[in-house]
Amino acid sequence: MIGLTHYLTVSAILFGTGVFGIFLNRKNLIIILMAIELILLSVNINLVAFSAYLHDLVGQVFAMFVLTVAAGEAAIGLAILVIYFRSRGTIAVDDVNRMKG
Amino acid sequence: MVQILAFYLFAIVTCVSGVLCVTARNPVHSVLWLILAFFNAAGLMVLVGAEFIAMLLVIVYVGAVAVLFLFVVMMLDIDFAELRTGFARYLPLGIALVALLAAEIIFAESAWNAGGLSLSGTAPTPETVPNIQALGILIYTRYLYIFEGAGLVLLVALIGAIVLTHRKRGDVRSQNVSHQNMRRPQDATRNTQPPVGQGVEL
Repeated sequence: MIGLTHYLTVSAILFGTGVFGIFLNRKNLIIILMAIELILLSVNINLVAFSAYLHDLVGQVFAMFVLTVAAGEAAIGLAILVIYFRSRGTIAVDDVNRMKG
Repeated sequence: MVQILAFYLFAIVTCVSGVLCVTARNPVHSVLWLILAFFNAAGLMVLVGAEFIAMLLVIVYVGAVAVLFLFVVMMLDIDFAELRTGFARYLPLGIALVALLAAEIIFAESAWNAGGLSLSGTAPTPETVPNIQALGILIYTRYLYIFEGAGLVLLVALIGAIVLTHRKRGDVRSQNVSHQNMRRPQDATRNTQPPVGQGVEL
């Protein structure tokens, strides 16, 4: 019998994979963005699983909003990456020190 | 029985392709693994009856976001081998932290689940209406403003991406629409009557 725990476990593994990807590819901004997408996907699985478990559609509505924000984040992130690459010729995260923050 | 099989198939493929996505040597392969992960996650969502979200995942992620990633990966001329230096150095720390995190999450949910709760296999949709219709009723009534806010977020992202990446280039010959519209036939053409055997000078 597949229960809520199974879904939450898949979601936890995906979340862990995303965090792992951020750690592993500290220099490659594109892979970091993809890892963030994985994390948001795990959040979506969580929301949908709880929506089914609690018999409440609000979870799916929120999953849709998470999807929206994820798409916007990917678009803006990649746009920043492209202009950064244009001006610096690299996308290594270690070199991002232009704002001296 | 077949649902259990399908669940394990989708779950295992999702997790494995997620891991391959973050560890792949070539970023193009990474994007392709990401697409596979999204497809299988969509399968997982279909299994609990959230078919609209599943379709959205396929359309938005595979159709738009993954293609955007592919474009960017292929457009930029990056030495990806150089970016992978330090991969082995970060590996033990990453594995340790993630193992801790995953153990915590799984422990927390199993502890929470100790009360004998079980996920029912059906969707939270009323029996008489399909999932998309029920979701639509909810979105366009209770969550109308949030839904419009989501549209606004997308609009801002769209404009932001264009504004960020747009640049004026001096070395291209762009179209001048008002100049084109102001052009009249008498400026652009002339009548000649060339004699036989002689061409016209252009």
